[in-house]
Amino acid sequence: MTTTKHTLVALVEDKPGVLTRMASLFRRRGFNIESIVVGRSELPHLARMTIVIDGSTTMVEQVRKQLDKIINVVKVSDITADDTVARELALIKVGATASTRSEIIQIVDVFRANIVDVASDSVIIEVTGDEEKINSLFNLLRGFGIKEMTRTGRIAMTRGSPGRLPVGKRSSKAQAKRQKT
Amino acid sequence: MKMTGAQILCESLVKEGVEVIFGLPGGAVIPLYDTLPQYPQLRHILVRHEQGAAHAADGYARATGKVGVCMATSGPGATNLVTGIANAHLDSVPVVAITGQVVRSLIGKDAFQEVDITGITLPITKHNYLVLEVGSLAKVVKEAFYLARNGRPSPVLIDIPRDVFIEQAEFHYPSKVDLPSSKPTLQGHPTQIKKAAKLINEAQRPLIIAGRGVIISGAYAELKQLAETAQIPVVTTLLGISCFPESHILSFGMLGMHGTAYANMAVEAADLIIAVGMRFGDRATCKVSAFAPHASIVHIDIDPAEIGKNMRVDVPIVGDVKLVLNALNKLIISTEHIDWFQQLDDWRKEHPLTFVRDSEGLPPQFVIRKIYEVTQGEAIIVTGVGQNQMWAAQHYWYNKPNSLISSGGLGAMGFELPAAMGAKIGCPDNIVWCIAGDGGFQMTIQELATIVQEKVAVKIAIINNGYLGMVRQWQQLFYKRRYVATPLAGPDFVKVAEAYGIPGLRVKRKEEVVSAIEQAMEEQGPFLIDFMVEPEENVYPMVPPGAALAEIIEEPGKEVAV
Repeated sequence: MTTTKHTLVALVEDKPGVLTRMASLFRRRGFNIESIVVGRSELPHLARMTIVIDGSTTMVEQVRKQLDKIINVVKVSDITADDTVARELALIKVGATASTRSEIIQIVDVFRANIVDVASDSVIIEVTGDEEKINSLFNLLRGFGIKEMTRTGRIAMTRGSPGRLPVGKRSSKAQAKRQKT
Repeated sequence: MKMTGAQILCESLVKEGVEVIFGLPGGAVIPLYDTLPQYPQLRHILVRHEQGAAHAADGYARATGKVGVCMATSGPGATNLVTGIANAHLDSVPVVAITGQVVRSLIGKDAFQEVDITGITLPITKHNYLVLEVGSLAKVVKEAFYLARNGRPSPVLIDIPRDVFIEQAEFHYPSKVDLPSSKPTLQGHPTQIKKAAKLINEAQRPLIIAGRGVIISGAYAELKQLAETAQIPVVTTLLGISCFPESHILSFGMLGMHGTAYANMAVEAADLIIAVGMRFGDRATCKVSAFAPHASIVHIDIDPAEIGKNMRVDVPIVGDVKLVLNALNKLIISTEHIDWFQQLDDWRKEHPLTFVRDSEGLPPQFVIRKIYEVTQGEAIIVTGVGQNQMWAAQHYWYNKPNSLISSGGLGAMGFELPAAMGAKIGCPDNIVWCIAGDGGFQMTIQELATIVQEKVAVKIAIINNGYLGMVRQWQQLFYKRRYVATPLAGPDFVKVAEAYGIPGLRVKRKEEVVSAIEQAMEEQGPFLIDFMVEPEENVYPMVPPGAALAEIIEEPGKEVAV
């Protein structure tokens, strides 16, 4: 069975326990989640979530439908096939001495990343981009000795307007699409 | 006017049309129980164990179609409900469970009788609530009942801290719910319905598989119209039994692991499966990859997540079964499938349901058949789980709509007695027979006391074979007769019944069966019959675990070639 990375975007009620409900569902049904990011949306009391999941299309569709059954989940869409902007943020702490610091700065510049902290023996680099960009920066910095890294996981948004997740009425076209899947 | 949380809860229950609550009090819910007498329209049934309350609410809901309500205190009271809630969840039964919780200031402190019941019931409820402000209580109750009964029915739990019952607030019962995410699709999509109609009109060997969704949506007439118009044979799942009259010429019984041979052969041979309000559970499909190998599949269900979950589907239709069938029926051309029907009818004659052997002992199937004869099929049958359940499914003819209540998905032994009690309380004018095994009956036997106290005229038939029979059957067939932990040294059930104040009889011979059942029916109140059946009788036909439907075994050594 071929698997690909899918990006799901969910609009959920900003209430305690919502993340537990979703996490519990992933665990119970044996879905492996690559990353899940939650934050406020432009709408009051609603949060937007980006979930990255590696799986076959049928399996991901099942994830989407099961998520949609959670009462606090207002809507979920699989935006994998859409034209999207996807970004991730990473903080990377790299060993840096007086002799290596300028070389690191050069690499950071090429990647349009930022140095956000400088200590006597290390620097913290902040980088934003897609996963591949962060991976290649990480690989380049390896030689200097990576002390720590933390990544947010992917957030994504479809290009153009309206977006895939307008709140309120679901268009009849969207409903028809739901039925067929 | 200001009211206490307990009053608000009771007022809300009255507004929802609740008439019966199954429950058992404890520390956290004393303020609620103290308020109950102010609401005489809420009949409280005191169970002897909270599992009984949950199963009774389940049986009540299935028999009446209304939402069943059960109630328990915090901690152990709440955890005792869990089996019953899970049972209702797997069988899509609308139940609202209300639990007490420790006072808000103690939540999270491992207080006495504190348990995280919303956490525990997360995967076995449609939704659950911990009510932290009395002001939100009415809204929560409104939503809970809405969610329990709308879309695919399911249990919803409301956890209420003790001090919320005491605190006061203004009572306004909301007239509607505001749940943007929970608007089930009821009307099937016209394009999909057209596609399905085309397949049905073109099919040579169509077969309907009907499930509990037909009963939930009350689509008896619509299903019958579809079957009769296009002359489509009907088989049902276990929980679909009684959605289509079993004496109908087009009825071919139950499919699955212990389904009729001809139902399973029909699935194997069909070129079109119309699955109506069923979820392709593994006991019905057996080996999924070998299921209906020659058929296209139309799947009608209200839950979009069931589409494609277990089974490949060619034409999915999400919607309420009654509405979808109604729309579909308009497009169906009246036709006949003479060869196909003839083939099935031949199979039905060649492979009848396991005949009852003519032996010295008392065959359990014989008992079930006699209950059917004496009750003339007018009873509501509530079964346990295991052999008794399968015999009750196979050997009673369910012509009356919604006349079988059984724990299908969870397979919870101990369901029978409290569920029968709930069914009888919900439908007092119906005859209710509880068909129990001697194993399962002892799991909730304490509810005999409730039945006596509340004067519930349930008739109980214990199919007593001295074993955990279904496990013993598997041990016999697949574990070389190593009967590990299955023989039961049961009590004298007639004496047990007598101790509770219930008259009873023991029956060992065929000749005594009918008169015993008649005596039970004549009795005004509850009655118990302990049928001492042949200990090593097996349930046949049987599809061995992991095998395909076509690999059905009819009798030992006699296999069906398809």
